[in-house]
Amino acid sequence: MREVHVTVNGASAAAAIDPRMLLSDFLRDRLGLTGTHVGCEHGYCGSCTVLVDGASTRSCLTLAVQVDGKSVHTVESLAAHGAELHPIQQALKDCHGLQCGFCTPGLLMSVAELASNGSTCTRDEIREHLAGNTCRCTGYQHIVDAVEQVMRSLRSEAVDVS
Amino acid sequence: MKPPKFAYHAPQSLTEALQTLAGVGDEAVLLAGGQSLLPLLNMRLASPAHVVDLGRVPGLDDIRVTNGHAEVGAMVTHRRMEVDPLIAHAVPLAQKAAGYVGFRAIRNRGTVGGSVAHADPAAEWPLVLLTLDGEIELTSANGSRTIRADDFFESVYSTAKRSDEVVTSVRFGTRFERNWGFWEFQRRTGDFATVAVAVACVVEGGSVTEARVGIAGAAEKPVRCTTAEQALLAGSTSAASEAAAAAQDAVDPYDDVHGSSSYRKRLVFAATKRAATQALGHHYGVLDHA
Repeated sequence: MREVHVTVNGASAAAAIDPRMLLSDFLRDRLGLTGTHVGCEHGYCGSCTVLVDGASTRSCLTLAVQVDGKSVHTVESLAAHGAELHPIQQALKDCHGLQCGFCTPGLLMSVAELASNGSTCTRDEIREHLAGNTCRCTGYQHIVDAVEQVMRSLRSEAVDVS
Repeated sequence: MKPPKFAYHAPQSLTEALQTLAGVGDEAVLLAGGQSLLPLLNMRLASPAHVVDLGRVPGLDDIRVTNGHAEVGAMVTHRRMEVDPLIAHAVPLAQKAAGYVGFRAIRNRGTVGGSVAHADPAAEWPLVLLTLDGEIELTSANGSRTIRADDFFESVYSTAKRSDEVVTSVRFGTRFERNWGFWEFQRRTGDFATVAVAVACVVEGGSVTEARVGIAGAAEKPVRCTTAEQALLAGSTSAASEAAAAAQDAVDPYDDVHGSSSYRKRLVFAATKRAATQALGHHYGVLDHA
C-alpha cells in the first residue's frame, strides 16, 4: 500500500492504495466520483478523461500513485449537484450533443481543456481535438455545434474549470 | 482490464532509479508517462514484478539546442514537442510529427523517451530520430553511452537498451531545419500510422547535398531508404516521384488488419512523394508547412 495525497476538484484527498490502482478506479471507488466513466480501459474511448494540472488525461492510463501531489478535476467540478449547468454542459444540452451520455463526462473535460484559454477553433480543429472521445450516438455533428457555441459565448473569457 | 500486482518504486533521483534497476532490472519495467505501458498492464500483456516510476526524477525534461543537435530529455511530453518554440525553430520536422502522436490526452502525458524505449514500429519518434541522424543516450549505474538511432532500434518493441539502463535523452540533428517533409496516413485521427514517411535534406547552392528518407509502418522497425535518398541527391526535376518509386520498390511490408502488404507499398509511394515534395518545395518556396 502507498499513501497518496491528491487535490480533487479543489478538495484534498488522502488514501492508502495499492500502487496498481488506476486513477479512474481511485476516483470512482475510493472517492465516489462516478461521473468519470470507464469504457475501454486501454486509452481509446476517452470516457475516463479528467484534467490533471489542467491537462486532459486518460484516468484509465494513469496510476493513482502518479498523480500524488497533483490537482485533478473531474466532470463533477463543472457544476455542483443541482446547480446551474456549466456553459459547456448547457451548450451540449442546447445543441443535442448527447444521447445516452456515456461518453459525455470525458467529452466535457476534453472540451474544458480546449476552451480553457478562451480561444476559438474551426470545426476541423474541434474535430481533431475531440478525436480521442468516441461517441456512438450522436454522429458528432451536434457535439461540434455545441463546442462552437460555447467557444463563441466565451470568446473573451477563459472557462473556469476549477 | 486492471494492472497485475507489482512492486512500485518511486525514486527521487536518477541515481536512485539506476540503483534500483541495477538490483531488479531484469524483472522491472520503467514507467515514464505510461501511455504505452498502462495499456499493456491493463490488458495483462505485461506482468512485471517491479515498476520503476521516473515521474519524480528531476532533470529529465530539459530541451536544449546546442552544437548541431536538439537534445530532448526523456520525460519531455509529446505535447511539449508540439508547442515548444525551441523545437519549432530547430527541429520543425519533430514539431510536425509530434502532432500525429495519439490523441491530445495521450500527448499530454506520453513522453519521447517512453516512446523511444517502447519502439513501436509505427511510432513517430523512432522514425524521426532515424531520419534526423538521431542519437539515444542510455544511462546505467556504470555510466552513460550514446547510440545512434540506426543501431538502437532492433525490431518490434525491441531495442539495444539493457534492462539496467534508462533512456535519459535523445538528440535530433538540426541541420535539416529548412528542407524537410513529413506525411503520415492514419486510418482514424490518433491511431498509429499505417505508413509514415519523413524526408530531410540539406540544399546548398540549389543542389541537394544530403538526403534522408525514413519509412515507418513497412517493416519491424523504421528504415532508411538509400535508393530513395540517391534519387533526391540526383536532383532531377521529378526527384520526388523517383524517390517515391524507389521507396515503394525497396520496402517489403507486412500484412495486418490495418492494411495488406501491397496496400502499404502504395501508401509508401504516396507518402514518400508527398514528404519529398514538401522537403524540396520548401526550398523553392512553393509549399507552406502550416
